[in-house]
Amino acid sequence: MSTTQEQRPIRCLVAKVGLDGHDRGAHVITRAFRDAGFEVVYSGLHRSPDEIVQATVQEDVDVLGISILSGAHNTLVPKILDGLEEYGAKEDTLVVLGGIVPEKDEEKLETRGVAAIFGPGASMDDAVQFVRENAPGR
Amino acid sequence: MDGKQIGDRPGESDVLGRLLDGDHRALARAITWIENRSPGYRELVAGLHEHTGDAAVIGITGSPGAGKSTLVDKLAAAYRADGLTVGVIAVDPSSPFTGGAVLGDRIRMGSNVGDMDVFVRSMSARGSLGGVSLATADAVKALDAFGKDRILVETVGAGQNEIDVVKTADTVAVLLQPGSGDDVQMLKAGILEIADVFCVNKADRDGVDRVVNELREMLDLRNDDAAAAAGHHGTAGVAADGTHGTDDADSTDSVDDDTDDGDRTATSSDGEPTTWEPPIVETVATQGEGVGAFRDALDDHRTYLDRSGRLEAIGRTRAAEEIRALLREDANRLVAEEIESRGGIEALAGAVAARETDPYTVADGVLEPLAECVREQRQR
Repeated sequence: MSTTQEQRPIRCLVAKVGLDGHDRGAHVITRAFRDAGFEVVYSGLHRSPDEIVQATVQEDVDVLGISILSGAHNTLVPKILDGLEEYGAKEDTLVVLGGIVPEKDEEKLETRGVAAIFGPGASMDDAVQFVRENAPGR
Repeated sequence: MDGKQIGDRPGESDVLGRLLDGDHRALARAITWIENRSPGYRELVAGLHEHTGDAAVIGITGSPGAGKSTLVDKLAAAYRADGLTVGVIAVDPSSPFTGGAVLGDRIRMGSNVGDMDVFVRSMSARGSLGGVSLATADAVKALDAFGKDRILVETVGAGQNEIDVVKTADTVAVLLQPGSGDDVQMLKAGILEIADVFCVNKADRDGVDRVVNELREMLDLRNDDAAAAAGHHGTAGVAADGTHGTDDADSTDSVDDDTDDGDRTATSSDGEPTTWEPPIVETVATQGEGVGAFRDALDDHRTYLDRSGRLEAIGRTRAAEEIRALLREDANRLVAEEIESRGGIEALAGAVAARETDPYTVADGVLEPLAECVREQRQR
């Protein structure tokens, strides 16, 4: 089937979680992903970890991008990861983080299963490239 | 990585079995394979088919911003309150240039948080003509086989593709809002004929009465126009559609049979006194007002379909449509292979553009060996 490859864009969920109203970054990355030819599901603001898990499982996305600038990443992100595990979705979902995450927290999150963290100043192309190279595929 | 077969990877075995057992992840993966046309998806859908037919499928369409997603969200909540499980498929357009898409319908769906028995799936149109409607129909099957009681298919009512998508539904609701000239335009574009229920949303705004009146007028006109109202919706579609069909399709026995079926039911239902007048329901989806009435109207239509025997007719119509669409797709692929073996479409197009040959000769040349093969096989 030579045509299957073109017919299958990378699917992403761009998620805003918790009490964090800063969605400029999420919007920008959503557009960048769209322009890169990805299918992007956008969660909208103020979602709970449960909602993000539900959406990730149901949409069967290759990539979950969590945008978080509230400083609550150490609480919220592990909750999401555990939820994914519960539904058997953690293994084949690439989880990336964007926003403000202090360096000292990065390692802990990465050992929990976050594949990459894009902080302030990260380039759009790098993010797109990283997703292209690491999206697990279906 | 795309050469792999379904079920090759750990955790992907027996998706069909797990789906039927109620595993959400398996359902999600099944729909992914359906969307991607992954190798082996046909066996999957074939396996699903016998488990389908229990869900009521409702299509919801309307112009952008009419409030479809919000209404779908509230409707799903209403069904949940009745103890019914719900599947939602939200189709959004994709960019014809990059193939990328932003699927934003989930943003409006917050009423069913943490309730896995509302399964929402966003799909993009992926640019392929007619491909969405096939994928949607198959995704509906997955939700149906999974055991969802109500399946809502939501799409922007903007063109033929969307109308095709909505045809996968037993009941079609068209959503309008006050103060938008677009809606009347949309009705002109043929959406009027496919509606079983009209819903005027944002009914707390000015101009509701005008929209409702305009709608009434158009419905009255239609009724005056034609006693042909008897051949409403699906069945009318078959009669018109049965005449089309390429040589390829006609040569297949099953297609012929199904076409006949459709025609027969169309005539027999002429004698049926039961007809359906599309009701007009007013809602304020953001507040949940009128959602109960909307749900009742949908249920009424379902009851009507059941009692009038039209549900069966729609089922047959849809089966015929599906067979035709699949055959078209498969035939296209076969033709694409043949074109490839003749040096690709670019070379052929170049020859035509340079006036060395003409499109008809090229088409005949490509198709003739295929047609010959088919005829030979049939004679045996």
